[in-house]
This record gives sequence, C-alpha cells and structure tokens, in this order.
Amino acid sequence: MTKQINFLGKRKFAAIFSGLLLITAIASLAMQGLKLGIDFTGGTLVELGYEKSVDLNVMRSQLAEKGFADATVQHFGTAQEILLRLKPQEGVSNAELSVGISAAANAAMQMQGDMRRVEFVGPQVGDELTEDGGLALLYSMFGILIYVAWRFEYKFALGSVAALAHDVLITLGFFSVLQLEFDLTVLAAVLAVIGYSLNDTIVVYDRIRENFRVLRKGSAESVMNISLNQTLSRTLMTSITTLLVLVALAFLGGEIIHNFAIALLVGVVIGTYSSIYVASPLVLALGVSKEDLMEPEVEKEGADFDMMP
Amino acid sequence: MQNHFPLWKNILILIVLVLGLVYSLPNLFGEDPSVQISASDGTEISEVQLGKVEHSLDKAAIPIKALEIKGKQILVRFNNTSEQMRGADLLRSSLGNKYIVALNLAPATPQWLRDLGAAPMYLGLDLRGGVHFLLEVDMPAALKQADERYYNDIRLALRTAKIRYKSVSYDTGAIKVVLRNAVDKQAAIDLVDNDFRKLDLKTQDEDLVLLLSVSEAEVKAIKKFALAQNITTLRNRVNELGVSEPVIQQQGDNRIVVQLPGVQDTVQAKEILGTTATLEYRKVDTEHDVQNALSGRVPVGSRLYYERDTRAPVLLKRRVIITGDQIVDASSGIDQNGSSSVNITLNGIGAKKMGRFTKDNIGQPMAVVFIEQKTFTKMVAGKKIRRKEKVEEVISIATVRDAFSRRFQTTGLDSPQEARKLSLLLRAGALAAPVDIVEERTVGPSLGQDNIDKGVMSVIVGFVMVLLFMAAYYKVFGLVANLALTFNLVVIVAVLSLLQATLTLPGIAGIVLTVGMAVDANVLIFERIKEELANGNSPQTSIFSGYEKAFSTIFDANITTLLVALVLFGFGTGPIKGFAITLAIGILTSMFTAILGSRMMINWIYGGQRNKDLSI
Repeated sequence: MTKQINFLGKRKFAAIFSGLLLITAIASLAMQGLKLGIDFTGGTLVELGYEKSVDLNVMRSQLAEKGFADATVQHFGTAQEILLRLKPQEGVSNAELSVGISAAANAAMQMQGDMRRVEFVGPQVGDELTEDGGLALLYSMFGILIYVAWRFEYKFALGSVAALAHDVLITLGFFSVLQLEFDLTVLAAVLAVIGYSLNDTIVVYDRIRENFRVLRKGSAESVMNISLNQTLSRTLMTSITTLLVLVALAFLGGEIIHNFAIALLVGVVIGTYSSIYVASPLVLALGVSKEDLMEPEVEKEGADFDMMP
Repeated sequence: MQNHFPLWKNILILIVLVLGLVYSLPNLFGEDPSVQISASDGTEISEVQLGKVEHSLDKAAIPIKALEIKGKQILVRFNNTSEQMRGADLLRSSLGNKYIVALNLAPATPQWLRDLGAAPMYLGLDLRGGVHFLLEVDMPAALKQADERYYNDIRLALRTAKIRYKSVSYDTGAIKVVLRNAVDKQAAIDLVDNDFRKLDLKTQDEDLVLLLSVSEAEVKAIKKFALAQNITTLRNRVNELGVSEPVIQQQGDNRIVVQLPGVQDTVQAKEILGTTATLEYRKVDTEHDVQNALSGRVPVGSRLYYERDTRAPVLLKRRVIITGDQIVDASSGIDQNGSSSVNITLNGIGAKKMGRFTKDNIGQPMAVVFIEQKTFTKMVAGKKIRRKEKVEEVISIATVRDAFSRRFQTTGLDSPQEARKLSLLLRAGALAAPVDIVEERTVGPSLGQDNIDKGVMSVIVGFVMVLLFMAAYYKVFGLVANLALTFNLVVIVAVLSLLQATLTLPGIAGIVLTVGMAVDANVLIFERIKEELANGNSPQTSIFSGYEKAFSTIFDANITTLLVALVLFGFGTGPIKGFAITLAIGILTSMFTAILGSRMMINWIYGGQRNKDLSI
C-alpha cells in the first residue's frame, strides 16, 4: 500500500460521468428502445448455410417473388450463411412459415442448403418471456436488497441496489444505442452482470465494514477511501481474469453467444467502475457512520466457519 | 501447528478429487452411432430377437461394434454413421411394423465406469441438434367437442326414456331442451339429475325450457383429460417416428413440451405431431333429401358433408357410429381395385358398436369421414392471410353387405403415402383436442457440433489465459490457484454428469464465466496474505490470517451471486436454466476448491516451515 488514491475525492466527477451515461442510456431506451429478438417479439427465424456465398439482393428479390416480401435477410457469421426473419403474422400457423421460406431460399440458391437453425416463437409466448424476464430482474434485485440489508445494513443495501440498477441501465443502454439484438441469452447475461457487479460491491462493503470496526479514528470518507485502496488490486485482478475469458467467449464462442459475451463485457467493466465510484459514494451520501456497523453480534460473523479453511 | 490440515481433511479433499476425476471421465469417451430397437406395443424383447438382429446384420455384412439388451430395447452399436444408416434401413425393412427402429448416439462409456453409475453430461438440443416444440392444446375446441357429445347423449337419453320434446339445440356453451308439457319437464329434470350430474341445470318455473351447461368441475376435468390424452397420443406418435430419448412433458395448464433430439426432418415431425387427422364412421341419412338440405333445410339429426373427389353433397346422421379413438390397430395396404386402403382393427367397445350397427343396417350405406385440421393461405389485397379450418370430407361410402365388427377395411384414400400417414395416426390415437405449435426451436446437427466445438474452444482458450495470468502474477501461489481451478473444472463436469443436468451453450458460457470468477476467491485470499506480509507479519501468520479474513468476504460475495443464479433458474426457460445451473454449481464447487483445495496445497508447500519466503 504505497500510494493512496483519493477515490471519493473525485466522486463529483464520477457522479457527472455516471449521470451522463445514465441520461444517454435512458434517452436511447426511451426513444429507440431495444432491438428485441424474436424471443420477445415473436416471429420466425431461419438460419441456412450454403456451399457458396449468398447474394443478399438476389435473395431478397427472390423471396419477395415467393410472397416473403416482409422477410429480413442478412449474412450471419460468413457470407455463406444467412439469417431470415419473419415478423409474427396473423393467423396461427406460423410454424409452417419456416418450411416455406427455407424452400424459397433453396430455390433462389438452386441448391439444398444446410438447415442450421429454426426458431419460432408465438406472439403470446414472446409476451410471457418478456414478462418473466422483467420479473426475474425485479426479483433478483429485491432478493439482493433483503440479503444485503440483513448481512450489512439498509444503507448498504440501498447503495448496492442503486449501483446494480446503474449497471443494468447502462448495459441495456449500450444495447439500445448500438441497436444490438437483445434476446434471451442477453437477458441472462444482464442478470449475470447483476451477480458479478454485486460480487464486487460486496467485497468492497465487506472491507468498509471491517475497517469501520478496526480503525477507530478517521472520518467515514477516509475509512472508505482506505478500504477502496485495499481492495483495489483484488478488484482489478478479478476483473482482468473475468474479462480474459469473456474476450475468449466473444471471439471464439460463435455468433449465437456473441451478444451474450458483449453484454457481460460491458457489464463487467461498468460493474467494476460502479463498485468503486457508485456504490461507495452512495453509502457515504446516505450518511453511514461507525455506529451503523457496531452491533457485536455481527462481529462474530464467520465464526461458525472458522473450522473450515 | 499453524497451516497444517488434519489427516481427515486431506483425505476428504483427495476423495473429492478422485470422485471428480472418475465421474468426469465418461465425457472423454465420446459416443457410438447406434440403433435402438423396441417393440411397438412396448413388450419385452427376447434373446431370440437379438439373435435375429445379429443374423440379418451379419448376412448384409454390416459390422457391429456391440449388441446388447437394455431394458425393453436392443442397442446395436456401429463403428461409424454410414454403417449405422445402412444398418437402420436394413433393420427397418426386415423387422417390419411391429418394431420401432430409432437412430441414437449411445455413450461409449466403458463398462467399469457404467457399473459405477458414471455417464457423460446430457447435452441439450442446441448442442446435439434436434427439435423443441411447445404445443398449446386448443381447449375451447375440447370443450366444444364435449358439448357436442352431451348434446347427442341428451337426445338419445330423452328418446330412450320416452320423454317427448319439442326441440333440443345447442349453442355456445349451453344445450337448450324445449319440452311439451310440465310432466315431461319434470321427467326430464329427473333424468338430468340422475344421469347427467356433470351438467348444470337452469330452468324457470313458468316455461318449458331446460338450459344445460357443463359444470365448472366438469370443465376442469375435460381440460385435464384433453391434456393427458394429448400427451399419451403425442408419445405414441413420437414412438412411431422412431426417436431416441424424446421428452414429452406437460407445461402449465394447457401446454406440452416435445423435444426430439436428433430429428432433422422437422416438416415430417410437425405434420405428425400437429395433425388431428382421424376417422369417423357415420350412417348415411337416406330418409331426407339432399337438395332440401342444400337449400338450407338440414334435418335436425343430420349434417351436410361433401365427398372428397366429386364434391358431391351427402347427408349424414349426426350420431357417430365409431370414432378414431376406438381404433387399436391400423395398417396401410392396397384393396382389390388397386387403390390405397387402411386395414382397421377396433377395440372391444368399438367392435360391439360396429357389430350392433352393421347387424341392424345390412343393405344401408355407411360413410367414412376423414377429419383434419388444415391451414389455408389466401392472398387478400396483397397480404397473406392464414386461416385454420377443420376439413371434414367423406372419403368413402359403402353399403353394409354383412355384419362385421372387429376387423374391416376402409378405402378411398388418395395415395399410398396418405394411407400410410393415416394408419400411423390411427395407430397412435387421435388427439383429444387440436394442438398449435406456439414455439419451435430447431438446431441442425451441423450447428450443434459447431456449438460444441466453439464452446469447448472458448473454455480452453479462456482457461489457459487465466492460468498464464495467474502464474505470472502470483508465482507459486498462482500455480496453486491454477491447480485449484483445474480441480474446479473437473468437479463441475463431474457434478453435471452425475446430476445429468442438461448442458446447453449458455451453460458452457456459465462454465467459462465461473472459470473467470472462480479465481476471485484465490485472488481475495492472496491479496490478503500480501497485506498481512506488508504489515510485517510472519509468512505463516500471514497465510493463516489471509485465509481466515478472506473467508467471510468470499462467502457473502458468493451467496449473493448464488441468489441471482437461483432467480435465473426459477424464471428462465431452456437455455437460461442451463446457464443458471452451471453458474450455481460453479459457485459451490469453486468455494470448495479455491478455499480448501488451495489451502491444502499451500499447507503442503509452506506449512510448518519457519521464515521461509513466500513466492506470491
């Protein structure tokens, strides 16, 4: 511990930075929203692979001739693979659309393509998945709020949940601004971001709690600054190892989980930042004091586990 | 003495390590392309059959890797997929209708491992390829069918009880009976009270009208039955398709999940699963004039149908003689005139009904109605409109020449393919209510393999990068963390294999993420040890208090992540569940390996030695 960085001294800058990010994220979410995948909108998606490259313009016009004018066509991964999407249509039997459009695409290419993937989600199922996804976000936040309030103190609980909301909003905003597709796996990634960022925050809080008890003098701000500095190398180390594997996943994991990895990459970076510059300043702003953490029963925490290591 | 584990702790950790190695081992052996043979009626398979299978493959010179009886199935393993395909084709034609031949990938786990209950991880459809369908049962249709049935039964019962009525009609959800006088009304009320308890009766004193509707409890029962019946039928149909390890499960109140691993022909699968094709046998109404009916005056007990080929109108009695669900066996064939036919065998009740009907109606015409749910596409104003319609066509009208009951033939089908499809559907049973596919996820086999390769590749690359980084930064302690991390990966794979939890692509992502996060525990501990050293503590004390102080932090941090994993598991479907499972398992195993496993190694290296410098 040679150099002490005055993290909390820069909390005004951090607040402005976070504020700008949040405003951008919220504005983008409000104005153009997320580019939702068919998991949430419903519809049909077909991925086909051919032995030669596909000319998208030819494919589009050929599909339009066969009555699939509303299909979106794009390359997927390579020029030999295409992704066809159809919006949900009135009348029930969307399930047959995939067969029809594959046949039309094969006719346009004059060869039998390799059927790599078909996804069809009925509009009603899409709505349910959206609802479940939203509920999952809410419930996990709520569960965390209770757990942290129980293990620490309510100011910490509020601080951690606010930091999480910050991370989730900015990650969602990132997807909105760049109009990256948001599907079920990305939602899972956002939830994993919650887990990760919380992990970081808890480690910092844990040290703050410990230092409040050990360091008998010094203002709350200085105690928190010391804690942040003490945990800094750990925070960075863990972020680096996690980012290493995520980079591997983003570049080698294939198209299907590419966005999943991107969401986690953004989330881990933001989560690391927020555990230092959002979660702790918030607790300070809420007026945390030594007395908040002085209950003797908490002191004994972990004693049950002393036998373990 | 500080930093020394008692013997039992060392042994415990080593036992977990050995168990982890043993139970993760099956994943290294891959799978054999194989063929699974079972009797279509679900009976046991004998040694004799096994001999026959072996003999016919021998004669065709198709080499077999292994042959065994597994429960009610024969499992034939082949050396490669082309021999598997040839073998399957051969067995299908030589064994015939009585046996179901399904392609399968059987784990090539050695016997000694199988004796220990070890098996490779269960791969999800996104990794092995296959189809996932979510089907929704059309409950309104099921209720309408029930209404129709009650309507017929009420009329029959009134007539049998000699209660005269003015009219019986039914309309959305209610059957309306109009009687002639108060005495008859009372008799009808008594009849309903005694024989139709499942109907709610509404009537007013001043008029002669009874309003009957299916009771709340009965509606529930009908729905439950429709769902159960559909699941049974779908299972039969899937068995007829010859799919190994299919999953057919209820989801919620009105949905059914069908997963068919390895199925590639989704068109056929959809047709077979979704179709509600069935047959009904009805008496032709010869008492009334068809022309009158065409102009709108359809007689009360009859309905207007059209013939399939000629489109000629036919009047048929509303009462059905037998329906498709009384058919126990059906096979396709060719009749004397060379057209496609279906040979039908009825169950006891059906045979009795058919026997009674044909005995009383010799010389009378009887019609076979083919019923199917079809989707039509129409272009209206440049837009495609799809509509589902129930198609009911008369496929044959034949005069009853003789009384028959159990076995007979139905002719008039368009093609041998149609005859085959109809016979398959009749064998498997009719769906109690139509189903709609509300979600489909199909992954082709090439993409499945791609997903596995890419997933494994990213695990390896991410893993190696973390290993290098940790070794460079923490030196000897880093190597210890690396061993613990490897240990963790082995235990995760072992636990997933033991639980037979489904491994999906997001599941692999979960493993990758755990690799990144699992070192966190070690990082926390090592940073603590560094701090303790910087504070001037001795190496031994530093190790001791480093582990000690980091523990509650690790515990809190992991519990909250576990909490998120649980929520994900609760709300997620399919792929997300897979992610949640591996994340949760990874968190638990990493606590064990990163805390206990690494501590054991550190104790071995540094424990009990005074003042030795730590390489950290």
